[in-house]
Amino acid sequence: MQLSMFFQHLANAISLGSLYSLVAIGYTMVYGILRLINFAHGDLLMLAAYIVYYGRGMFHLPWVPSILLAILLTAAIGIIVERSAYRPLRDSPRTTILISAIGVSFLVENLGLVLFGGRPQPFPLPVFFDSGSAQEIGGVRIENVTFAIPVVTLVLLYVLLHIVHRTKTGMAMRAVAKDFDTARLMGIDVNRIVATTFAIGSALAAVGGIMWGMKFPQINPLMGMMPGMKCFIAAVFGGIGNIQGAVIGGFILGVAEIMIVAFLPSISGYRDAFAFVILIGTLLLRPTGLIGEKVAEKV
Amino acid sequence: MSRHLKRDLVILVCVALVVAWANGDLKDLLGIPGWQSYAVRIINMCAINAVLALSLNLVNGFTGQFSLGHAGFMALGAYTTALLTMDMAAKDRVFFMTPLVEPLRNLTLPFLPALVLAGIVAGLFSLLVGVPALRLRGDYLGIATLGFAEIIRLIIQNVRKVTNGALGLKGIPPVVNLWWTLGSAFVCYLMLRNFLASSYGRAFKSIRENETAAQAMGIDLFKHKLLSFFISSFWAGVGGGLLASLLTTIDPVQFKFPLTFQVLLTVVLGGMGSLSGSIIAAGIVTYLMEFLRVVEETHYWGSITIPGIPGLRMVIFSLALVVVVVWYPKGLMGDRELTVAGIKGVLGRVRQRLRIKGGRPA
Amino acid sequence: MILDIRGMKMQFGGLVAVNDFNLSLEHGELVGLIGPNGAGKTTVFNVITGVYAPTEGAITLEGRDITGMRPDLVTRLGIARTFQNIRLFSRMSVMENILVSLHWRLKSGVFDALTQNGKYRAEEASMQSRAMDLLARVNLDGVADSPAGSLPYGSQRRLEICRALATEPKLLLLDEPAAGMNPAESIELMKFIGRIREEFGLTILLIEHQMRVVMGISERIVVLDHGVIISRGTPREVSRDPRVIEAYLGVEKHA
Repeated sequence: MQLSMFFQHLANAISLGSLYSLVAIGYTMVYGILRLINFAHGDLLMLAAYIVYYGRGMFHLPWVPSILLAILLTAAIGIIVERSAYRPLRDSPRTTILISAIGVSFLVENLGLVLFGGRPQPFPLPVFFDSGSAQEIGGVRIENVTFAIPVVTLVLLYVLLHIVHRTKTGMAMRAVAKDFDTARLMGIDVNRIVATTFAIGSALAAVGGIMWGMKFPQINPLMGMMPGMKCFIAAVFGGIGNIQGAVIGGFILGVAEIMIVAFLPSISGYRDAFAFVILIGTLLLRPTGLIGEKVAEKV
Repeated sequence: MSRHLKRDLVILVCVALVVAWANGDLKDLLGIPGWQSYAVRIINMCAINAVLALSLNLVNGFTGQFSLGHAGFMALGAYTTALLTMDMAAKDRVFFMTPLVEPLRNLTLPFLPALVLAGIVAGLFSLLVGVPALRLRGDYLGIATLGFAEIIRLIIQNVRKVTNGALGLKGIPPVVNLWWTLGSAFVCYLMLRNFLASSYGRAFKSIRENETAAQAMGIDLFKHKLLSFFISSFWAGVGGGLLASLLTTIDPVQFKFPLTFQVLLTVVLGGMGSLSGSIIAAGIVTYLMEFLRVVEETHYWGSITIPGIPGLRMVIFSLALVVVVVWYPKGLMGDRELTVAGIKGVLGRVRQRLRIKGGRPA
Repeated sequence: MILDIRGMKMQFGGLVAVNDFNLSLEHGELVGLIGPNGAGKTTVFNVITGVYAPTEGAITLEGRDITGMRPDLVTRLGIARTFQNIRLFSRMSVMENILVSLHWRLKSGVFDALTQNGKYRAEEASMQSRAMDLLARVNLDGVADSPAGSLPYGSQRRLEICRALATEPKLLLLDEPAAGMNPAESIELMKFIGRIREEFGLTILLIEHQMRVVMGISERIVVLDHGVIISRGTPREVSRDPRVIEAYLGVEKHA
């Protein structure tokens, strides 16, 4: 294998890893606060892609407004889902909320099928990200979008870490994640913080979905299912509840997946199984993930 | 079985009556063409769904271990049954890309041993899955079993010389009839009911109620969780086998997570921890699935065309699941069972209320 | 000597919950383990019953090493316990709660239970009568078919003790059985504990938060504070120990 081929794959791998990271952050934030696997999170990615698709195609909006619209609407949907399907169950057993989340996920997917149709649609691309536009560096041809994705991810990650560590809302979020009931007693408006968390996570998923559409410009109502699952796995792998962990987990998962397909074509049919193998391995060998904290169980 | 013998016999007679009725005795009476085969089809599906819901309920509802891997074990059962019942000619027709490996190509068994083996294969795989996965709890167990089911499915999709890969299997002998489906549902129900009424069943329920306390009372948690998982997967395999023979065509895509979702929906609707709830819900869900088919089909009334909306059924069902979980988390039956005394009680209360209403001056 | 704990230390991450814990119990003794909240009393129970494997030290039951043994196996060797926050199988009936404790002695196999054959039914019948007998001895036979969660608080405490007795223990560990009871109820409960100790020939280790509850009933008392034994002896000796008084002064105000 040529070195240039390797770099080609590496660029793709980093790009995919960045996408996984963005979506994994939403999972990890929600899990950190509610101990809930938000099954519907991956489907928000699909919704955002379709909002841009219709914004561009049907309403002929310019790029910036349609992207902003997609982010805002997706964040709003995230809040609505929490409000209607999770909040009423906050004191129920955790598996009950998980069943609700699975129900919401299927609801969103099938609503997508009903509203958008099952046929895959071509995702519109801005000129800069057109499939022809690429850069050549030392014989390696890298598409603009492959470059852009990690950059956008890093910028958003910087902003997010700033919010979580430097603002009052961020401090409240960390407090709620640490101890839900005590945070409530300390006068934190827990419901507002949970809603904020869902809004931020959903907005990140929206960005992820839009970039997903630009990288793989065919969208369909079930497109969020597999990425959603894998990003949750990335979050567990990195250490659930930990933002940096989700990013690292996402990167490792994305890179490993591309490299396996590239260098071990004989097992590429198991590409989607790979993530689950990582999940099961992590849960059994190191359930706290790469950089998670140990939580002792109270008896 | 003496304690329940009378009731079991009554159920058995009822089952036989339904079979006889649906097998055609009423066909001429009603005189609706095509009606009979439609009814038979629905009853077949009801029975298979009842087997699937009962078996998932054993793990999720009675033992309190949240498994989302049912589709994987169904796939194993379906493929086992298919490969063991198809004859060599049928297999050669299907395996034209990659030939089937030798002992399997020649091997054809009658339906009953094939179905039992389907359950055993699924059960053995459940031990492989359960030994690592059942150390986990709650949502992590759910997501891990989901992962294992997906891995099983991908293996089936990739081991072409055994499963014919993504092309799937066609021409599976349609052996299944009402006797098989209702018979399996009956045996499954009987077995689970006996078992749950036994000391083992109490051990399962104690694990659901409080793992720490159950272990402190001398219950070997791992052994009992694995046992529950094994029995559940055995019946998932049998259910998958029945389904394969009913549909005569299977492929790996059928056994994705949405299949588990449908069974989970049935269990939640019927009530986690109620066998009769699962059976009733299987009937309701199957019937609605068929009934709501109309909304997805295009209708032509003279010059008017009403377009069908594909996917609407699943919208209704997933919405139903969320509504049930949020507002009626106990489902139809909670963890109670439908008993003759219970029905009498309800009827009595209704009658009393009617009497009070009737007796009141207007 | 029935139980012997030597040099036990239990550490969670950086937190040392119990340190250098030594305790021997003689057959038939009733020993009180007292101390303020968070002193590490329940941790001691959890280590004895195998919920946690100790960081250091060894635990022997009648000369047999049970350090870090799985909880269900420890139970089978003859140690039963109750929990500070009642952990009944609340959706199961009172009778079923007791029957669960008899399960580990079951000789019928899975197949016998599936077919409900004669062997199983005979064994089930003897389990039922044994459970009923136990319930009668704690005055709960009248509510055998009620869900355990529907019992009044005091009865739930008694049921939990009865459920532990059903495993046929030699040593019974009771974790704050009088928690949430008024003084009269507490005295009633302590009488009850004294009675079952006689009837079943038990050795009992009893955790209690309030000292006066165990005063009348224990032969010996061990006082734990911040994970370390600060005093031990007869109730009279312990209650006069200035270290105990000091450890308790701050706590009694809250309690």
